[in-house]
Amino acid sequence: MKKKLFQSTMLLSLALLLSGCDLALFDSSGVTGKQIGDTILLTMGLMLIVVIPTILMSIWIPYKYHASKSDESYDPEWEHSSKIEFFAWGVPVVIIVVLATITYFTSYSLDPRKELVSDKKPLTIQVVAMDWKWLFLFPEEKIATVNEVAFPVDRPVEFLVTSQSTMNSFFIPKLGGQIYAMAGMENRMNLMGNEIGEYRGISANYSGFGFAGMRFKAKVTSDEDFDKWVEGVKASGKVLTDAEYDRLIEKTRDHKVEYFSSINPLQFKNIIESFIGAQNGSN
Amino acid sequence: MVQTDLIKDPHVLTGKLHWGVIPFHDPVVAPVMFAAILGGLMLVAFVTYKKLWGYLWEEWFTSVDHKKIGIMYCIVALVMLVRGFSDAIMMRTHQALSTSDTFGQGYLPPEHYDQIFTAHGVIMIFFVATPLMIGIMNVIMPLQIGARDVAYPFLNSLSFYLFLVGALLVNISLFVGEFAAVGWLAYTPLSGIEYSPGVGVDYWIWALQISGIGTTLTAVNFVATILKMRAPGMTMMKMPVFTWTTFCANVIALVIFPILTVAIAQLTLDRYLDFNFFTNHNGGNQMMWVNLIWAWGHPEVYFLVLPAFGMISEVTATFSRKRLFGYVSLIWATIAIMLLSFLVWLHHFFTMGSGASVNAFFGIMTMIIGIPTGVKLYNWIFTMYKGRVELTASMWWVIAMLITFTVGGMTGVMLSIPANDFVLHNSMFVPAHFHNVIIGGAVYGYFAGFTYWFPKATGVKLNETLGKWSVALWFFGYFFAWVPLYYTGFDGMTRRLQYIDNPEWQMSMYIALIGVAMIAGGIGTQVFNIAWSLYKRNDPQYKDVTGDPWDGHTLEWYTTSPPQFYNFGDVPYIKDRDPLLDMKQEGIAYKRPEKYSRIHMPKNTWAGPVLGLLTLPMGFGFVWHIWWMVIASVVAIFACWVKLNFERDKDYYVEVPEVEGIEGEFLKSNAGRSYYFEKNAKYYKKWKPTDQNDSTVVAK
Amino acid sequence: MTALTNDHDIHDHDDHHHHEAEAADRYVFGFWLYIISDCLLFSTLFATYAVMGQSFANGIMPGELFDLSFVAVETALLLLSSFTFGMAMLGANVENMAKTKFWLIITAILGLGFLGMEIYEFVHFSHEGATPQTSGYWTSFYSLVATHGLHVTAGLIWMFFLFIHFNRDGFSNENKIRLACLSLFWHFLDIIWICVFSFVYLRGAM
Repeated sequence: MKKKLFQSTMLLSLALLLSGCDLALFDSSGVTGKQIGDTILLTMGLMLIVVIPTILMSIWIPYKYHASKSDESYDPEWEHSSKIEFFAWGVPVVIIVVLATITYFTSYSLDPRKELVSDKKPLTIQVVAMDWKWLFLFPEEKIATVNEVAFPVDRPVEFLVTSQSTMNSFFIPKLGGQIYAMAGMENRMNLMGNEIGEYRGISANYSGFGFAGMRFKAKVTSDEDFDKWVEGVKASGKVLTDAEYDRLIEKTRDHKVEYFSSINPLQFKNIIESFIGAQNGSN
Repeated sequence: MVQTDLIKDPHVLTGKLHWGVIPFHDPVVAPVMFAAILGGLMLVAFVTYKKLWGYLWEEWFTSVDHKKIGIMYCIVALVMLVRGFSDAIMMRTHQALSTSDTFGQGYLPPEHYDQIFTAHGVIMIFFVATPLMIGIMNVIMPLQIGARDVAYPFLNSLSFYLFLVGALLVNISLFVGEFAAVGWLAYTPLSGIEYSPGVGVDYWIWALQISGIGTTLTAVNFVATILKMRAPGMTMMKMPVFTWTTFCANVIALVIFPILTVAIAQLTLDRYLDFNFFTNHNGGNQMMWVNLIWAWGHPEVYFLVLPAFGMISEVTATFSRKRLFGYVSLIWATIAIMLLSFLVWLHHFFTMGSGASVNAFFGIMTMIIGIPTGVKLYNWIFTMYKGRVELTASMWWVIAMLITFTVGGMTGVMLSIPANDFVLHNSMFVPAHFHNVIIGGAVYGYFAGFTYWFPKATGVKLNETLGKWSVALWFFGYFFAWVPLYYTGFDGMTRRLQYIDNPEWQMSMYIALIGVAMIAGGIGTQVFNIAWSLYKRNDPQYKDVTGDPWDGHTLEWYTTSPPQFYNFGDVPYIKDRDPLLDMKQEGIAYKRPEKYSRIHMPKNTWAGPVLGLLTLPMGFGFVWHIWWMVIASVVAIFACWVKLNFERDKDYYVEVPEVEGIEGEFLKSNAGRSYYFEKNAKYYKKWKPTDQNDSTVVAK
Repeated sequence: MTALTNDHDIHDHDDHHHHEAEAADRYVFGFWLYIISDCLLFSTLFATYAVMGQSFANGIMPGELFDLSFVAVETALLLLSSFTFGMAMLGANVENMAKTKFWLIITAILGLGFLGMEIYEFVHFSHEGATPQTSGYWTSFYSLVATHGLHVTAGLIWMFFLFIHFNRDGFSNENKIRLACLSLFWHFLDIIWICVFSFVYLRGAM
């Protein structure tokens, strides 16, 4: 009980210290993001229990046994103590066992492929990393957008991620995890936003000269606003034809937001299969 | 226009080269280039004027003496440290400026900035940390085990020149053409010919391939040296900890560098001959590159950090005036780290999508490494416990290391949890973490060892005050530079950004800039310290005449500073883990042996520099597709190798009178010394002066 | 005086022998270490081959090209050459130069035969449309098999120079070390080839 109290005060003070500053990872607006943020704080707090005494010892001991003190406990031949050895191995073992347990469970519970629990049907969004922009395909709404994506609040979203060129990483820091985008392969990530807002989306894996500008707006909206947004995209009247797609393949930097009112329903599959001998890693 | 034609269809004589590749008009590079050329010419003129070429060739360039090769490694490493650190300064200033409204996107275009962060990583790992460590190993390890040289002295020289060629290629890329702009591990397919058609990646390939082969040879050499050339009586469990960590590190290198060689060769085939290892098309597999490069890359960091652990152990024991606490435990911890280091590489890409079970396995394996590492920290702390700690500059490095490395270890374990990694991966948290462990663990350890062994290598002690200043500047500079970046990492700032769109990070970037300035001060102080101390070399405060300035425990202090070319007049029989302390206590240290024997030594050879440096035109020819140059160099290398093979006269004997003369001088300088343990005899339980007269004999 | 000189001489003599034995031990040990690192090199290539084993990318399949009886002859040549090298070593053990050289020549001829067959096979495969550029599979196939072939070539060049060394110095200490290392190298290549034969050809042909 006491230990728990100690832990929670420790965590609380840490949380205050860090989340007081509105850091993206600790002030998450997504379901998985919140849990990951908590895991980070928990594991850091657990380790600080060991780390702080170790640091204090590495300052205090040279101070205490400084040559000028001529301490009478000086024992130049003392080189072994089973008791101390026991703690030197034991303390790290205990802390690592605790952390490994956390690791084991969170690896499964926070795996981005795991479907999120919700009574709503997940929304599928296909994501293509291009040089240097993000293309979003909505197979159900049959629309596509560049560098902007929207989805309703409290509804799970399944992102299917691939790449048209180099390796990128699809990441909305405020909502949760990230996953690599690789050509000829499909990766999957589930996210759910539970606060309405507009968040930064980025590529988190360096992919060339336009990398810094490879950003998108991720809008978490109410259901009505989402419908309105889809209507707005449809109103653009531009069709994602092969010619348009070839234009998108061209390298561009800081690409503007674009809307396409209609797409080929097999577009995503075709993109993956355009790489002959692709890995087809759909698992 | 000309450029694209040449890329598709290289000229027979000049390959892809043309005047446009030399950055005459680049406001940043051009002045550096002219300064470098001017500086180089002045150096050449100075050496010519002083008629030093013959001396340098005879005594240094062709030397197979492990101590001289080690010193040359350290010199190149320090020069490259300045080069790599100027990249760091440029990155920090650029990112700081790129957040402000006034300067917009900073002063470096992405084509330049992206080369800088690639070069910074490559230089700091391959051409600063690795050579500094191999340099110190080279000087110290054979001395610690009582060997006359390494097992294969010529190979050692060749390794050095192969490494040097790698460093030269990286520097040439600054002035001729471009360097890779793909990140230090050149992830495919970005580094493939389709997405990086320029010569930058080719420079990366040949610099790393050539120097990597050098490192493999070094590993073979050092493992054989440690296993085959120890002094009589020195069993494995009597080896000094630094030798143990050197051994484990080189076993790691022996196993991993072939992986790097193959991976780079495969990328080379992809780029030069359209093979399909890592391409997007035709069944290439980009994930294989990431796996191979990290199967090499993760053990590589343990290759770098283990010897630093060894240096910390030696320094702590000596300056605590105690035996090392938990020697056996430390050795087993080292072996455990060596073995575990091969089983963790996947933690660099949890986000690739291998699935929860694979991620959990590699995450847990990674944190298990924390156990032996933690044991080491406690053993160092308890070495100081009940000691008489003398806070010399090297001890300052040790304490700086203990604090900084503990923090780095903590952030490392945080990253090893896959769930955490899904948001922290590739954020600024990651560079902050690995600088935390590489600077805090490896580099501080090297500097502790460097300061500790500098008098052994040169005969000159470094200035203590200046040394402590550089520790302080590095230590506080480190935290100023990287704590803000941990912070922005938590805020979702990704690494390798050429410009930053979030104004909230501006303050962090400015604070980091202050930190970089402090570290620059630390490096400046170190360079000045070396120059100043060498300048004052004859001053009694700096000169080391005894060969044993710190009252050391291990064999390297049992000879002159700098040691004679044959290292030891006679090699003692080893009975203890701290052989020199043991000999001092028995009163047999620095005494004339009954008789000297003649000493078998290898001769210097032209082959190291010539064979090694011939790989420079080979690599350059490959980079620029100048095939005649490649063929000519390969033929020349082969011819030299054949000539070397048929040489007969490779070794000689140092005759007894010569040894007697040199050793007599040295023993005189050591006469009349008293040792720490003599003044503190009452604290020793096992050792008591057998006879009061005995210690006076030692004194005479 | 004389006694002293004699003593010195004897000591020198021992010294010299000691150095020779020590050098042989050291160099052969170092060569073992090199073989370990070479093992890792081949392991990496085998791993690559395993990863790309199915990456045919609509290109030609190995089953259509592999001719097991052809490879069996290739394998026999190399295995036999290992045996003949063993015979050469037996000759060297009794310092019989004629015997050593005779068996070394046979070994070299067998090695050359192996290489010739490998080159013929590569040319044949390329004509059938299986070049390294065809697919990931063929990329990994050629790089693995050709790396082994390059090692064999290096071994043959080494053998050539060893011959010159033998003509010059006979069974000197250095030449014995060279022969011992080359023998290690040659047997090592044999073992690698057995792995190539089983993992690449047998599996590919099935």
